[in-house]
Amino acid sequence: MSIMKRISLIFRSKANKALDKAEDPRETLDYSYQRQLDLLSKVRRGVADVATSRKRVELQVNQLEAQSTKLQGQAEKAISVGREDLAREALTRKSGLTSQIADLKAQHAQLQGEEEKLTLAQQRLQAKVESFRTRKETIKATYTAAEAQTRINEAMSGIGEEMGDVGLAIQRAEDKTAQMQARAGAIDELIASGALDDVSQVGAGDDIARELDAMSSESDVEVELARLKAASQPQAIESGDILSESPEKTTTEDEQK
Amino acid sequence: MIVRILGEGQYDVAEDALEQLNQYDSAVEAAVEADDPKAFAAALTRLLDGVRTVGVPHQVESLDESDLILPPADASIDEVRALLSDDGLIPG
Repeated sequence: MSIMKRISLIFRSKANKALDKAEDPRETLDYSYQRQLDLLSKVRRGVADVATSRKRVELQVNQLEAQSTKLQGQAEKAISVGREDLAREALTRKSGLTSQIADLKAQHAQLQGEEEKLTLAQQRLQAKVESFRTRKETIKATYTAAEAQTRINEAMSGIGEEMGDVGLAIQRAEDKTAQMQARAGAIDELIASGALDDVSQVGAGDDIARELDAMSSESDVEVELARLKAASQPQAIESGDILSESPEKTTTEDEQK
Repeated sequence: MIVRILGEGQYDVAEDALEQLNQYDSAVEAAVEADDPKAFAAALTRLLDGVRTVGVPHQVESLDESDLILPPADASIDEVRALLSDDGLIPG
């Protein structure tokens, strides 16, 4: 029973020490109730804080995934125009993002877990605070000094333990969230500085995009030319003699120039 | 008896299940003493799973004190050491 016993003893003595003891036991009850309400609003704030961090990480995952999709598109485009070097570069950058996305997703899962835990802790504390309030009113209504102390002690020790537990849960969630916020902050800075999106913003200082862009405008010109040429052909067809007419026409045109 | 898993809540555990839980508990203690995080995590998981299996959730609105208090499921070996020291983890 060693570990369990030792933790129990120390935890309980700490939780009891944390309880205010007033001269009038009835005041003790009111003080304690006030502290319970304070702790309840603290745990509610804790849930909201963790949710904010979780949403921030979600946003970052979405941003990085969008960039990753763009890089994939660039790689495909590069391959289609025969530039394996560019495709390789795009895929290399994409794999850098992939590990960052995986890391963020793990953080997201952890934050979600903390959020659920704190929400449940809040519900448990809420239930106990409600019981305490009822018990407190009963004790105060039927107050006789002789038996009050025992009943107060019973109510207080049970709620004190719960408060210690919830306090610990809040502290652990805060610690974890703080670590992740530091990392999330670093990624936000990277995104804001453009170090991450340069890679995929077409025409905005990114070499892959610039080269692909240049190539695609070249190929756009070719496509347009081909279209114009094709558009001039039907006239030749209408003139009837396809096979001889059009080469002759070009020669004539050349001669005219 | 009432067993609390920190961060999780209270369970009612039958007395005759204690012998088994005590064995799991000794493994946790040995791992803490040996400073072996891997063995510790496995032993703690076994202990907490044991409580969850044999225990039933204690009435949530009760104001009963627990007989035993166990570390949170994701506690590290250092956190358990802190719980065992007087100026440890519990916010005063």
